Amino acid sequence: MVSKAASETLAEADPPPVAAGGKYLDSNVSGAAKILVVGPLGVGKTTLIGTVSEIEPLSTEASMTQASVRVDPHVDSGKRTTTVALDFGRLTIDGDLVLYLFGTPGQQRFLPAWQDLAKGALGALALVDTRDLTASFDALGNLEDLDLPFAVAVNVFPSGPRYDADDIRTALDLLPETPLVTCDARDRVSSIRALIALVRHLINVATEPS
Amino acid sequence: MTAERPEVPRASAIRPYVITRGRTESEGEPLSWESLVMTAEAAFPATLQPEHIAILKHCEGLISVAEVAAHLGQPPSVAQVLLSDLLRWGLIVTRPPIPPAEHTDVTMLRKVLHGLESCL
Repeated sequence: MVSKAASETLAEADPPPVAAGGKYLDSNVSGAAKILVVGPLGVGKTTLIGTVSEIEPLSTEASMTQASVRVDPHVDSGKRTTTVALDFGRLTIDGDLVLYLFGTPGQQRFLPAWQDLAKGALGALALVDTRDLTASFDALGNLEDLDLPFAVAVNVFPSGPRYDADDIRTALDLLPETPLVTCDARDRVSSIRALIALVRHLINVATEPS
Repeated sequence: MTAERPEVPRASAIRPYVITRGRTESEGEPLSWESLVMTAEAAFPATLQPEHIAILKHCEGLISVAEVAAHLGQPPSVAQVLLSDLLRWGLIVTRPPIPPAEHTDVTMLRKVLHGLESCL
């Protein structure tokens, strides 16, 4: 930390590094957008973000204040502040726009932590694991509560049971228009295709007559 | 500059809201996690709190609030407060954020779609 700060001081007069994978964004970037990647622990959120991101995924902690904690009956009502770790990455697209992907833990008790993050988000990609579909219920419920449009991507694990799409839709109680795709979070093209399915859906939602 | 200056710090505070002197809300419109910030041309005063200086060192190029927080090892809510201070003192600049209404703007979404498709 200290040595890093010192080396950066030396570089003060130089232009900052701007390569896509570097710390800083290209100076042509004029705007940022964000998409949430949601789902239960171990479903592959960080894997997908790392696969797509041009930087090593970063981790930060959102704190839930005491006021937020009260919604969770399982957390004692003391003065404790709960923190929730969020991994995120970024992808510069079309040279002047940067897309941030925030991995957001699914549990219902983290809903308050979502609210700040969901503000201004384009939408969400909900990852599910067929070995435990019920683990995704909270994340999907949170998205519905926040009225955030989403697509569902089944992250295919080799050991996971294969179900028909219709069975998954029924189990997850998805609306007919909600996209359901499969992906391999370790594969860049597959992960980007899942994001494309989401953005196509977002365009449909935005253009359909209300 | 006539804007208020932070007091000379006595110690490097550890707990996040000690660093922000108890503030959990930014003054003015809060910066979002994806807001992009960068140091301004202005030389920064020697009286700055170490935490503000540490932040400035992570903003020598264009970078998001969330990334600054991650590099600092502080929650984004802390980075938001400190960055708002720096913005108010004219020590950082922000890229004009995309107005919330435009987030669902179809032009914006099509641009994202096109960008993702070109990654394939």
